[in-house]
Amino acid sequence: MYNPYSLEGKTILITGAASGIGKATAIESSKLGGRIVAVDLNPEGLSQVMPQLEGDGHLHYVGNLCDESFLKEIAEGVPALDGVFLCAGVSDTTPVKFISQEKIQRVFDVNLTAPIIMLKHLLVKKKINKGGSLVWMSSYGAEKVEPGLGIYAASKSAVNGIMRAYAKELVSRKIRSNSIMPMMIRTELISTLNNISDKDWEKQESMYPLGFGSPLDVAYAAIYLFSDASRWITGTQIRMDGGSNL
Amino acid sequence: MIDKKQFLQNFADQFDDEPEGLTLETKIRDIEGWASIVALSVMAMCDEEYDVILSANEMENANCIADIFKIVNERIKN
Repeated sequence: MYNPYSLEGKTILITGAASGIGKATAIESSKLGGRIVAVDLNPEGLSQVMPQLEGDGHLHYVGNLCDESFLKEIAEGVPALDGVFLCAGVSDTTPVKFISQEKIQRVFDVNLTAPIIMLKHLLVKKKINKGGSLVWMSSYGAEKVEPGLGIYAASKSAVNGIMRAYAKELVSRKIRSNSIMPMMIRTELISTLNNISDKDWEKQESMYPLGFGSPLDVAYAAIYLFSDASRWITGTQIRMDGGSNL
Repeated sequence: MIDKKQFLQNFADQFDDEPEGLTLETKIRDIEGWASIVALSVMAMCDEEYDVILSANEMENANCIADIFKIVNERIKN
């Protein structure tokens, strides 16, 4: 059957695969024929995701992405990859006058440093195939900053910046690098954040003509970027805003 | 029990223009300058000064300063 978005024959590594957008992307990518390498800190979450993947040969790694020895272990062990989704992330809602070095480091370690070091080891081990696709999880919050989201916005702006460096440096090997910038997506992570009240959720949602996004909406954007249908796209930021900026 | 006067001062410090005459009975939303960023700042202050995490729903449901004072008092680690 004709399907330019097929992931048949492609191996795709996804960080943060135990929940939210990473989980949805892993499951949907497997349905399109992809072989998944699922990575997460949460063993229980991953053990629930793995049986939901269609097809065979999927792998999983449990560990902390901020631990370089874990990233080396992944780079040593994984088969050559056609796609990498750098999806794991943390949020933070600290007003600027309460920002501390510790808070900056926590957010930047996970959102920026871990994906960079992971890709370094994958590239050194030549584990990213020619024509592969790197997909970075950024956020619309990098451009439209809400109160309290300064550190998070800075980390996602940095993601957009370094994403373009990979696009530039790897284009000779036809490896593409793009980021996805969604506005509000109601994931398990966001729903458990203490800093958004039920009333604020309702108020926020009224600003989105297409409603809040779901993890599936972002998963489909990532799948497009993994697929050969996007072979001519690199160095781009895909904005997803549910019509809230119309 | 945390110091009431100090708590009220810490609360007032979160406003750009420090309000005067705050008491535990003061209704939060009646204070001039109250805004969502002040609410976030009060939450951050409770975390930094008292090691107490308040949820957004608790802030939303708080009517007067005493409601927040009570939560912090109940949760503070002695």
